[in-house]
Amino acid sequence: MSTPPAKRATTVYLYELAWILPSIAIPVGMLAALAVTAFGAGIHLPSVEGRVPATQVAQHPPFDAPGVKQTGPGQYEVVMTSQIWAFAPSEIRLPAGSTVTFVTTSKDVVHGLLIPRAHVNVMLLPGQISRVTARFEKPGEYAMFCHEYCGIAHHTMWGKIIVEPRS
Amino acid sequence: MIARATHGRLTAAYLAVALVALLGGVLTGLAQALEHAGINVYPALAPAVQSYYHGLTLHGVLNVLVWTTFFICGFLPFVAIEALGVPPAARRLGWPTFWLMTGGLVLAAVPLVGNAASVMFTFYPPLKAHWAFYVGLTIVVIGTWLVTLQLALTWRVWRRANPAVRTPLPAFMALATFAMWTIASLGLAAEMLFMLIPWSLGWVGGTDALLARVLFWFTGHPIVYFWLLPAYVSWYTLMPRQVGGRLFSDPLARASFLLFLVLSTPLGFHHQYTDPGIHEGWKLVHAFLTFAVFFPSLLTFFNVVASLESGGRARGGRGLVSWFVRLPWGDPSVAAQVVAMLLFAFGGIGGLINASFSLNRLVHNTAWMPGHLHLTVGTAVTLSYMGITYWLIPHLRGRALWSRRLALAQVWLWAGGMVIFSNALHRLGLMGMPRRTMIGAAAYVQPEWKPLLPLVGLGGAVLTVSALLYFANILLTLVASRTEYPYGVAFAEAMSGADHAPAIFDRWRPWLVLAGVLIVLAYGPSLVRLIAETPLDTPGMRVW
Repeated sequence: MSTPPAKRATTVYLYELAWILPSIAIPVGMLAALAVTAFGAGIHLPSVEGRVPATQVAQHPPFDAPGVKQTGPGQYEVVMTSQIWAFAPSEIRLPAGSTVTFVTTSKDVVHGLLIPRAHVNVMLLPGQISRVTARFEKPGEYAMFCHEYCGIAHHTMWGKIIVEPRS
Repeated sequence: MIARATHGRLTAAYLAVALVALLGGVLTGLAQALEHAGINVYPALAPAVQSYYHGLTLHGVLNVLVWTTFFICGFLPFVAIEALGVPPAARRLGWPTFWLMTGGLVLAAVPLVGNAASVMFTFYPPLKAHWAFYVGLTIVVIGTWLVTLQLALTWRVWRRANPAVRTPLPAFMALATFAMWTIASLGLAAEMLFMLIPWSLGWVGGTDALLARVLFWFTGHPIVYFWLLPAYVSWYTLMPRQVGGRLFSDPLARASFLLFLVLSTPLGFHHQYTDPGIHEGWKLVHAFLTFAVFFPSLLTFFNVVASLESGGRARGGRGLVSWFVRLPWGDPSVAAQVVAMLLFAFGGIGGLINASFSLNRLVHNTAWMPGHLHLTVGTAVTLSYMGITYWLIPHLRGRALWSRRLALAQVWLWAGGMVIFSNALHRLGLMGMPRRTMIGAAAYVQPEWKPLLPLVGLGGAVLTVSALLYFANILLTLVASRTEYPYGVAFAEAMSGADHAPAIFDRWRPWLVLAGVLIVLAYGPSLVRLIAETPLDTPGMRVW
């Protein structure tokens, strides 16, 4: 090797430094971008919303009265339960431009609620209340799927949200 | 150098179990891919495979749990002992550990094969498998702890004889990997021992889905580093030499493994962004830590590529690109691992999207996830392990690989099949197709999914052909190869060697303490609250 060892080590050291600094900057920059977009757009993840006894979901409010309820102008609350292998209610009608809060849980095993067109994606765990809010702007049919394996007929567990044009 | 007979046989035994598992996983995987393409082969597979979900559980458990774990327990102690140059300290521990793990595997396999544990490799309760499934898997985990013990005892013997020398890099990396895993696996062990096993045996009446998921993901994210780091060991300590170059920086390699040791575990909530019952603020903390662990990944990317570049340039490569072309692409071990790295770049980018606090909701539990997992564990890990076996199995057998050409064809078929398969699944996920779902039988298939579903089947078929070529080549190497293969593991030398690393890089306690502190900070408050307020009242169900 023509280069003396000491100099070689210095060169390696400089290259290391030239890489380490951007390697710190890249994740920090990404995280900053993420924080700005998440908080700027008001994106919230499911958080602690309380428990219901896993074996007596239907006896406990709000799950003793599932269904759609208007809570304000253009504001709705959907109380929904999931069980093998159906959502209840499994067909929901809403007017276009609604802001909808889903209050849901599972009566048996782990399920999920995925409404791709409305960016709803939440796990439904027995014993836990899941609460997520979404906007339904355009009229049309929004499919909702169970997206966690919940037994032999998992692929039959789905429902629809029908968003009707404002009259 | 240690004689071949002393520890090579044990490594070979672990590899044998790993390969049998991989074969089972590959065959069940094909049926799933074809199902998505509209070809339902399950009626023909009964009673061996009783449903789509039975097959899917077999595929997941065999490939991501068994193939990886047994490969790692064979490969890492092998390189560690070769690098240290001392025999395993607890000789009597070696074979009993292997038989314990294999016994645990058989115990878990009985209900698994019999469709009494079709709960996926994540086994979320209250889906309730047969107790033997949980007990068997727990025994396998305990076996991995004994491997850690063996490595630590062996290192201590070596250290007494070499007090002033830096731990050889391959041994250092093997120790760091097993130390990380041993800490990380405590979550899974707690879930098994305190929740799933007593519950499946009927000693306690109920369980809790959320607490079980928190404990599972305590282990479930770092387990991907447990799979990945052995591939990194090969990329750092073996490949630079295989390509005719040198490792760029030994200290930087140590730094990245120490960071993996410290940062791999306290970030599991990024798998639970969509779970209720965990405070949003703690999810954000775990998001921060997930992006922190991207740092050692970037260090690895740079160091490994710079090392490959030194090989490409030593082979006459000039300029920005031609060093890459000059790499020894005719060596299947090298080709497999470089291709694995290339596809891993996309897996890494996808992983950042998954870990993103805000973007995760677009992809969580959709087909995007198996698309991602097949680039990472299915390619970065599996194709690298295949590349490793292309030199390791001839090495252990003393006979050259049966066919280099067949091996090269296998590598490129894997790459092609994976590009088709994984791309289709990623796109289907973005269109909202759920994962782990018998799509061919679903009533809700959306029109925009339909053009992509056949590609899942096609990609899966190409991957299966590739895997079968791999198994044929390995089998023929064992039984039909006549060319002698010389014994002697040669690790890469470094441009900047171990003596340039700070002395603290060769101490374990500060890093283990730091790892523990971060785990307590990141998990402590949520775990304490959940354990205090969670009644174990959810009954189990067998609904498959």
